[in-house]
Amino acid sequence: MRTKNMIVAVLCATLVPVVGQTLADEFSQADLERWSQQYMEVANQGRQLWVSADLGTNGVACAQCHPNAANTHPETYPKFQKQLGKVANLWEMVNWCIRNPLEGQPLAADDPRMTAILSYVTYERRGVALDPGKH
Amino acid sequence: MAETNLLSPKPDFVLYGGDIAQLGLKEEIDHGLELLSPLRYKTYHALGEHDYYLDLGEYWERRIGPQYYSFDHKGVHFVVLNSILTHDDWINKWPTPMDRMMTMAGLDNPEGSPFMVGDKQREWLRRDLAKVAKTTPLVVLSHSPLQKIFRNWNFWTEDAEQVQALLAPFERVSVLYGHVHQIQYNQIGNISFNSAMATAWPWPYPETYAQAPSHLPVLTVPMNRADPFQERDATGWQFVDIHSGRVALNYSLNDNGNRVVAYNAATGQPEDQGFQPADARIPPQTHY
Repeated sequence: MRTKNMIVAVLCATLVPVVGQTLADEFSQADLERWSQQYMEVANQGRQLWVSADLGTNGVACAQCHPNAANTHPETYPKFQKQLGKVANLWEMVNWCIRNPLEGQPLAADDPRMTAILSYVTYERRGVALDPGKH
Repeated sequence: MAETNLLSPKPDFVLYGGDIAQLGLKEEIDHGLELLSPLRYKTYHALGEHDYYLDLGEYWERRIGPQYYSFDHKGVHFVVLNSILTHDDWINKWPTPMDRMMTMAGLDNPEGSPFMVGDKQREWLRRDLAKVAKTTPLVVLSHSPLQKIFRNWNFWTEDAEQVQALLAPFERVSVLYGHVHQIQYNQIGNISFNSAMATAWPWPYPETYAQAPSHLPVLTVPMNRADPFQERDATGWQFVDIHSGRVALNYSLNDNGNRVVAYNAATGQPEDQGFQPADARIPPQTHY
């Protein structure tokens, strides 16, 4: 068994440089474009959620209070959040808004919809310096 | 409505700054008018974009009246404008009226189009004002600000300068507007600008959007940042006193101290009576 694994490992070590797919940290312009496109697709899904009533139960959408995700301040998290009484991450505050003004069910931190929302919110704040804890 | 009916001294009339509907639907306009129906005062309405972009104001006009008009009251000339018009090619490009309405109803929708008063209405305004003495106080009601603050959210009227030019010859002009859901005020020449509070939620100040230039009047001391925990924060009452021919606004704000923004004859501009000096401001008035 052990010998078999070793053979597989050796084979991989031999083959991979030939195929050229997993060089440690080398990536091309095409990779950058593909990754950026992946990100923008998710951010755009976040924008769709932002303007839709689907996250809540009462017709309210995030964008009604936060056009262009303004006044969400992703650059200031984690920070003390009065509503939660503790230092919190932005996703916890997103859930506060989903629960309260939207009267919806909170999302798991790693729910793809939460990832999409955070991607959109952060994209709208791109270029602003990090300032954790700021109010 | 009940509280408005109980006001003392009694208002001479009520100005409604627009957006009685959300998506321009007949049932929304009917519902809004039903809510307003207990008012015992003559009510003057301005059109908002939420009233207009489904049927281009047809039902609103049928229920309420002309889209723009003027009247005189106790020596003051009042003008109500429809400031939320836009280009015909934008209006005509949508597959359905509801597509058009939904697009304009999204404040930050990049497919929207800038508001304007337009050539025809500006010509009407020019003729209307030609009959009025330059010493007569003028009060103009519009939905959008007749000044350029932030184009992305239509805190903006595309032909604002041309409208201002028609108002400029008058000694005392006050423009009251809605749309922005926040305290704003400004002075341009003889024209004082004051916004009206929303009955619904507050909106961020435009400088909180980092990706586009904005021009909040430097004179404006922003309202306190809304605390999302207080659902009525940043909404409230706003009593408008135009006795002097200049607007004085008394804000009675939920979960906040009251504020007064009034014209200061010495400086020739509207000022917040508590917070105007830079060193009198408090941390929540900084928006970023």
